[in-house]
Amino acid sequence: MSALTPLPPLPKPGLGRSMTGERVIAALAPLLGLALVIALFYAIPPHPRVTMLDLQTVFVHMVIVGIAALGMTFVIISGGIDLSVGSAIALASVAAAITLAGGWQFAFLNTLHLGWLNPAGAVNAFGRVSPILAAMLAALLTGALCGLYNSLLITVLRLPPFIATLGTLGFYRGVAKWVSNSMPVSAPTHGLEHWVRPVPLQEWLPLAPGVWMMLGLGLFLAAVLQRTVLGRYTFAIGSNEATARLCGIRIVRTKVAIYVLAGLLTGLAGLMQFARLTQGDPTVAIGVELDVIAAVVIGGGSLAGGQGSMLGTLAGAFLMAYLRNRCTVLGWSNFVQEMIVGHIIIIAVAIDQWRVRRTER
Amino acid sequence: MEGVCKRFGATVALQDVSLAVQAGEVHALIGENGAGKSTLMKVLSGAVCPDAGRMWLDGRPFAPSNPLAARAAGVAMIYQELNLAPHLTVEQNLPLGIERHIAGVIRRAAYRRRTEAVLQRLNRPDLRPETPVRRLSPADRQLVEIARALLTDARVLVMDEPTSSLGLADIERLFDVIERLRADGVAIVYISHFLEEVQRVAQRYTVLRDGRDVGTGALASVTLGQLVELMIGRRLDEMFPRVAHEIGPPVLQITGITGRRLPNDVTLTLRRGEILGLAGLVGAGRTELLRAIFGLDPVRRGTVRVGVYPGSAEAYGTPARRLAQGVGLLSEDRQGEGLARARSVVDNIMLGWLRPFMILGWLNVRAMRRAAGGWVQRLDIRARDVGQRVQDLSGGNQQKVALARLLHRDVDVLLLDEPTRGIDVASKAQIYQLVGELAAGGKAILLVSSYIPELLGICDRIAVMHRGRLSASRPAGEWTEHALVTQAASGKERVA
Repeated sequence: MSALTPLPPLPKPGLGRSMTGERVIAALAPLLGLALVIALFYAIPPHPRVTMLDLQTVFVHMVIVGIAALGMTFVIISGGIDLSVGSAIALASVAAAITLAGGWQFAFLNTLHLGWLNPAGAVNAFGRVSPILAAMLAALLTGALCGLYNSLLITVLRLPPFIATLGTLGFYRGVAKWVSNSMPVSAPTHGLEHWVRPVPLQEWLPLAPGVWMMLGLGLFLAAVLQRTVLGRYTFAIGSNEATARLCGIRIVRTKVAIYVLAGLLTGLAGLMQFARLTQGDPTVAIGVELDVIAAVVIGGGSLAGGQGSMLGTLAGAFLMAYLRNRCTVLGWSNFVQEMIVGHIIIIAVAIDQWRVRRTER
Repeated sequence: MEGVCKRFGATVALQDVSLAVQAGEVHALIGENGAGKSTLMKVLSGAVCPDAGRMWLDGRPFAPSNPLAARAAGVAMIYQELNLAPHLTVEQNLPLGIERHIAGVIRRAAYRRRTEAVLQRLNRPDLRPETPVRRLSPADRQLVEIARALLTDARVLVMDEPTSSLGLADIERLFDVIERLRADGVAIVYISHFLEEVQRVAQRYTVLRDGRDVGTGALASVTLGQLVELMIGRRLDEMFPRVAHEIGPPVLQITGITGRRLPNDVTLTLRRGEILGLAGLVGAGRTELLRAIFGLDPVRRGTVRVGVYPGSAEAYGTPARRLAQGVGLLSEDRQGEGLARARSVVDNIMLGWLRPFMILGWLNVRAMRRAAGGWVQRLDIRARDVGQRVQDLSGGNQQKVALARLLHRDVDVLLLDEPTRGIDVASKAQIYQLVGELAAGGKAILLVSSYIPELLGICDRIAVMHRGRLSASRPAGEWTEHALVTQAASGKERVA
């Protein structure tokens, strides 16, 4: 085949500097907003100092919402939503607590040779799987199952995600109360609580292990979002599902993968919830789904799908935790925090809408 | 209207366009898709504000700020997609938006009389005002739209492709109505690209091309050929370059394919190196046929057999499986289905086939950009950068991105649904050239188009679809524009 009628030469593809500049600005927009709000709140008299402890506390407080929001970012970019996150966190925390309380070992794990994981404390002195690993597995599995169920409702029954997860919001909460007899399940923590204490046990770690885990996951998932087939498909489905189908993308499979991934992260958030309370409480994390969604949206995620970033989501989660902390330091009441955080969400979405309108003209 | 200009971002939609329509005349506004007809009419009806230019209505300056103001001044639009509330009755639809009321209570009695008067004027007193609009046929719905315009004593009536969804008998009735209105002194702007229809109903014409008015005059003094050349701005043989190609063995064999509603028992054979055109009215089931072949819509009966895949005669495929077999679809709905508008050129081209860039699920982004760059150059896609978002490109370039996706996937059978709708003339010529080259390279092409000169210009064979059924295909040389239009509208063969 010959080339088409040649027309004036084009700029070499891939070298559009102006475009990359724009994209960098777009990517950093949530961070700029974050810096602005932080500066603003810092400026409020009487300028209470931000201490290291404040920072450590803020980070620890954002862990649960932050980890769940990483998964929610995938869901929202794909054009979906998950309202069942709060309930799933509670269910996963109960599952972790029951596993620890029962001393369950997941016998099959003992057949694996996990000795090499020893530095991470995966195997105890008796060569058996550590309770922490067992609890983590229980939480992850619970979360993944919740995600799987959500995704099947959405793909097989073709329910709108909003409705499907509104239903499972009640369902998972009910299951959590059922398996725990509506009572908090106390269990030995095996040091899990230190993962989310503001000051870590290890002197050389500036931030708690749970925070590092969240940040590490954030980085990894950012790469997944930008550099993997799953990430590409997530964006494609969110920006135009019809196009994705036309391109031969297996929509059902991809959506199941997205919701299960989000479920895994929700499960991990559930484990952190257990670590925070040192018990599995079936009534915990009510309404957390709204904080999680807000974190994604503040971070530039669009509820219409097709837009969002991990960096932005973490910035959004940090912003909310920071505001709460700042209000506490300033001695403002809880309701003031709520009023402010509510408007931060409104402003974030308004800016997003304005941006969308501007680019679509 | 004089010297009207309008830009949308980087795209110049209208440049220095003038249009004069007299009372008591039907003025045809013609031009290819994307020539600016709709935008010009949006300016006239106040839906879009022009960047420059002036308008007069009955000798007075006219600058409507919104459609309501234009309607009040006597300019009414009848859009392609009818703008009626389907659950309301005829009577409720007519004054929608301009209801007179006393403290929010609509004065029904006043409208009942005028509604009946208007229907009388349209010679349709049998249309009952209390019928819900959703129960009416498309033709009657259109009549209700016209009635709505008359209710406000419209001086100028704009009809945008009014016959596109009508049968022959309804078209005749519509022409009757238009004639009546014209005799009453209404000025009618008639937008259509069915030129023969235009010659019947209109007295004068204005041709738009790429946002400029390129000719105006009395229809009696021009031939069809002259009009077409005005529309496309070049000679016909330049527009439709003939690329020599050889027709090979069958690659797509469809027998008795029947969808949920459309298509109905369609059988066809497509050969390598062949361009087969599908003509027909909007709603005849051509798009549905392509979607059924591609596995996007459920199929009730029939088989689709692709190339050398012996076991592939299953009725129900999925897009993923069809793509694997080498069948690709170019959607007619670029915005809604064909492209992920907010995503980059790279993403849109590569999305159909990421495998070459994949290592254990991770993507080699740099290689993707390089490959996309190759297609951008090959198809002359005018983009600043392969990372640019598709929504910022012009229609022609968007379409080339959608085509590049099929070429990147290297499919053997291309199902092209209205590939040149709404794009500029230069891009059209390039796409025709490309389609010819693809056929020369041994690809098989099934081309759906409502633009008959294009079908006659580039296809080897043409078949006509009518109400879900497909006629036998004939060599393009045996068809004329008239024969295609007649058969598309009536379903009966009438070879010239």
